[in-house]
Amino acid sequence: MYRIESITSKANYKVKRRSVGIFLKNFKAEIEPFLYLLPAASIFIAFTFYPFFKTIYISLFITDPQGGLSKFIGLKNYFDLLTSSDFLNSLYVTFKFVLLTVPFSIVISLVLAIFANLNIRGKSIFRTFYALPISISSASAAVIWTLLFNPSIGFVNYLLGLFGVPPIGWLTDVKWGIVAVSIVTIWLNIGMNFIFLLGGLQNIPKDLYESAQIDGANVFLQHIKITIPMLSPTLFFVTVVDVINAFQQFGVINIMTQGGPVDSTNVIVYSIYRDAFFNFRFGVASAESIILFVILLILTVLQFKTGERKVFYR
Amino acid sequence: MRKNIKALSIYVINTALAGIILFPLIYALMISLMQPSDIFQYPPKFIPKSLYLGNYIEALRSVPILRFVLNSFIVSSVVTVGQIVTASLAAYAFTYYDFKGKNVIFLIFLSTMMIPGEATIIANYLTMRSLNWLDTYQALIVPNLSTALGIFLMRQFFLTIPKDYYEAAAMDGASKFQFFIKVLLPLSRPAIGSLAIYSFLMTWNQYMWPLLVTNRDEMRTVQIGISMLQMAESQSFGLIMAGVVMIIIPSIVAFIVGQKQLIEGLGAGALKG
Repeated sequence: MYRIESITSKANYKVKRRSVGIFLKNFKAEIEPFLYLLPAASIFIAFTFYPFFKTIYISLFITDPQGGLSKFIGLKNYFDLLTSSDFLNSLYVTFKFVLLTVPFSIVISLVLAIFANLNIRGKSIFRTFYALPISISSASAAVIWTLLFNPSIGFVNYLLGLFGVPPIGWLTDVKWGIVAVSIVTIWLNIGMNFIFLLGGLQNIPKDLYESAQIDGANVFLQHIKITIPMLSPTLFFVTVVDVINAFQQFGVINIMTQGGPVDSTNVIVYSIYRDAFFNFRFGVASAESIILFVILLILTVLQFKTGERKVFYR
Repeated sequence: MRKNIKALSIYVINTALAGIILFPLIYALMISLMQPSDIFQYPPKFIPKSLYLGNYIEALRSVPILRFVLNSFIVSSVVTVGQIVTASLAAYAFTYYDFKGKNVIFLIFLSTMMIPGEATIIANYLTMRSLNWLDTYQALIVPNLSTALGIFLMRQFFLTIPKDYYEAAAMDGASKFQFFIKVLLPLSRPAIGSLAIYSFLMTWNQYMWPLLVTNRDEMRTVQIGISMLQMAESQSFGLIMAGVVMIIIPSIVAFIVGQKQLIEGLGAGALKG
């Protein structure tokens, strides 16, 4: 009796030990992938998700100048913003800025991509030149263009003057400030747009153009009938990227106009910056950033919804 | 003959277009080499009378540009290496492991692309302040150490590598981690190159975040430095342009060295994304 018991308990012990081993092995195998995810996940949690929800939370409060929460007011910051003429002006300016920058950025980059895609010797040097603005920061661009737009010694007014255009107060005239910052933003966008569009062009089969040529279509017609539809997925992608970038432009505006003259370039991002870091109204500024997030989210979803229907995929 | 005329006209047009696109950069270079008396002439001059380097010397004296360049180099290099490490590790989990919630976690990671920096910048600034991280390298580096785009790029590349390599390595007794370090990463050099050049340029050119979290001159990065120079010397255009040229050169060099990887990497991201 005793012997038998001891044998079974020994066997039990062995089984138990093996199962602990298997368990440990399984456990290790199960947590292994999470160890690989851990570094990226901790950065995302600490610097994207946590601050995002914290921003939502702060937006429900009146804050003191140190950023401490002093009083819960629910959605009042949002209601106040959406009825404030300053914020509505910022919304208006932002949409104007998007409409001024995105179409021109795309059309100019497309022209560059078409010319750089023609089969000539040394085309790679032109490709390098056209893509180059991608390496330029908004700060450097803004500093250079501030001089180009200088009313007395700037080159832009000088060149326009050669065509009889009277001098323009690019950075001081309420009508022209937004145009000036848009020109700089378009120039900055060209590099990245060019790279994407050239990639798209290279994927269009050459024989499509050959058969169009045989049918007698001229170059312009070929681009309308073949290039644009075949390129539509890339054009669509570039549009989404440019719209998102336009909503986030800050450097050019901060350096060139500081939101002026008379708030005519005071886009949402600039207004967030001013409210948070000059007026120390962190609650209001947080509400503004959440509104910006919602607008971007809606626009992206809309673009994908309409884009998917209209884009011609092969 | 007709063919030649066509080729020639393509050259002429391309050259003209390149001239327009590059004009602001050439202009900055030209102004940086002009004596102040040349800059203020009307009609404005484009070619300097003689090569004048005084603006560069003055710019270096006026603000600590070399310190800004050093700061930007440290921050951009560490962020670049960090992004490669976090992105390739995460991408490895997403391609070589099966685990519960894999797709959900991948989507959550990608969703960070939908949260613009502006929606987190205030809270992140307050965090930095409460950690006493303002005016430190950590503040400039740590929040940038991981991006969804990087993970996506590495994952797309890992997916193109045949699983045979993995099986062969396993047969030789390599552990999963050894396979990752010794086989997968060396094979992924093109993708790593794309990510490296992209994150270096993005970090070098960052403006808003460094503007907020740095105050002391010794901690400023080049982009803030250049706007400081513009404020301090608002009428010395030659000096300002000399500063711009000095901070643009590293990013143009990085671009020219890495343009092939950059173009391929961005292209792959756009087509598959």
